[in-house]
Amino acid sequence: MIELVKVKKVFNAGNPSEFSALNSINLLIEENQVTVLKGPSGSGKTTLLSIVGCMSRPSAGRVKLQGREITSLPERFLTDIRRKTFGFIFQQPNLIKGISVLDNVMLPAYPLGEKRSHLRDKAMKGLAELNIGNKAASKVEWLSGGEAQRASIVRALINDPHIIIADEPTAHLDTKLSYRFMEIIEKFKAEGKTVIITSHDPLVYESSMVDRVVNLRDGQIEGEPA
Amino acid sequence: MRNWIEKQRYIIDFTISSLLRRKVKNFGLLALYTLIVFILASTMFFTYSIKKEASLILKDAPEIVVQKIVAGRHDLLPVSYLDTIKNIRGVAAVESRLWGYYYDSLVSANYTLLTPPANGSFEDTIKSSAKTTVVESESGDTSKPLFELNGAVLEPGTLIIGNGIARLRNIGKGDFMPFLAFDGNVMNLRIAGVLSSQSELVSSDLMLITGEDFRKLFGIDSSYVTDLTVVVNNPSEVEMVASKIRKRLPQARPIIRDEILRTYDSIFNWRGGMMIVIFSAAVLAFVIFAWDKASGLSAGERREIGILKAVGWETSDVIQMKFWEGAMISLTAFFTGVILAYVHVFFTGSLVFEPALKGWSSLYPNFELTPFVNLEQLTTLFFLTVVPYTVATIVPIWRAATIDPDSAMRFTGD
Repeated sequence: MIELVKVKKVFNAGNPSEFSALNSINLLIEENQVTVLKGPSGSGKTTLLSIVGCMSRPSAGRVKLQGREITSLPERFLTDIRRKTFGFIFQQPNLIKGISVLDNVMLPAYPLGEKRSHLRDKAMKGLAELNIGNKAASKVEWLSGGEAQRASIVRALINDPHIIIADEPTAHLDTKLSYRFMEIIEKFKAEGKTVIITSHDPLVYESSMVDRVVNLRDGQIEGEPA
Repeated sequence: MRNWIEKQRYIIDFTISSLLRRKVKNFGLLALYTLIVFILASTMFFTYSIKKEASLILKDAPEIVVQKIVAGRHDLLPVSYLDTIKNIRGVAAVESRLWGYYYDSLVSANYTLLTPPANGSFEDTIKSSAKTTVVESESGDTSKPLFELNGAVLEPGTLIIGNGIARLRNIGKGDFMPFLAFDGNVMNLRIAGVLSSQSELVSSDLMLITGEDFRKLFGIDSSYVTDLTVVVNNPSEVEMVASKIRKRLPQARPIIRDEILRTYDSIFNWRGGMMIVIFSAAVLAFVIFAWDKASGLSAGERREIGILKAVGWETSDVIQMKFWEGAMISLTAFFTGVILAYVHVFFTGSLVFEPALKGWSSLYPNFELTPFVNLEQLTTLFFLTVVPYTVATIVPIWRAATIDPDSAMRFTGD
């Protein structure tokens, strides 16, 4: 369970260009559910997602993970939580060019020093499950958009995280691939994982497997008093 | 511990692939870095080896050389000094020498002329003369055979010349060489032989002529010689003998072998130092380049670091990656530069720096130095090259490593 209490995020504080991306957000995200953060561009979806995923800290307020306050933890501990608890799927596949699909997929596990053969088996299994096992040795620049997206999903799962975070995952996918992506999300849900997605794609937030849609506008949750 | 080792292996693997992905940039840096190490290492190897070689030569040189000084100027020494010095307790042997410089305006070169004394074997004579000449002509090694005369005999009207002179004047055995004597007369001397090329460090500009011809050429009376060599058996008595010579012969100037060694040391320390000072500008330019290279991360590199941070790499992991990157470039450049410098100095005779480091005459000796490389030299070199690079890249690396992990989420282009 993730709880956000009066979370604020201000960029360029104290400068003339000061900008408030999130204004006093209170949110409870239940476990083993698919939650969609919906809203127009600039509504604060990605900022909220990066705070939930321990990638950035709020300017004010608290974030609790499984009841544990994590806002004030040093960077090292936050990274450890991020590595073991969250799997990230970005708007772009964000794969590193010039190295193989397999190497890309194994990247998040490198700092853990897992045994090479074991890690390799795990990565190959993940690629096979998403039908891109035959692309393991290929360089990422040779992949199609859908294959690259699936490779990034396997990478997100390499450390077996409990929570999957996906930022606008269907933004660069066609309808067929978007449906395919939602099938994968359904599978995650069935495995007991928590999924948080930001999207303004109806195909995502209107999907039957989505448990909750949170509407964001101007850095606030719609329907909540400021 | 096992996890830690495995982690380092993963990071090193990733670093190598990362370096190879930016071939042009990294090979450019590596080439420049190697060049800097090569220049510094060549200078150090050369000066160190030549000093070492000189000290080995001078090891067997006479303990004291006595000259005569008149009003601060070197003057001819009366032969009578020889008996006075012989009578000093502790002196094992005293020998007189005739030597001098001759300027050849035709090729603008200075030659060193030596006369073998009447007694002693011919070879020993040249050996001992060459040893002491080293001081004056900055030359080499007596452990090698000094000359090959092929049966040539030095007699009045003949001379034996060094290889450098033979090369410079394009002359050889049997040819005649004209000299302008002190009285304006021309003396034609026949070349009886050429000294072996192995002895070139000692004898490149050397000429051996008979005492008779030497005196005719320079106009020196038979009661004078150029200087004396004094052999002292007990090393602890050298200083005492030198002070006694000064006391008994107030115009004599005894030069102790250790002083010669110190002079030699300082000449090459100075030359090497000058080279290093000149090239320190190159090192500085390289440090600026390294800083620029490390701080001017490309958009692609920033994006990569952002992705690594987003997928769970810590700041320290990125710093470790950059550390391995620096270590690989540094060590590759260091060892390549050192090996190239070794080949350059000890196999090609310092082709590039020859004019700056070898002698000041137009007669450069062609010789191969015996390799002397020690840990101290390599450590100094390491501190002159690898440490400045590392220091220059620390801050940019730290800045790169602290890129926000959410930068990967903000990236929307390709």
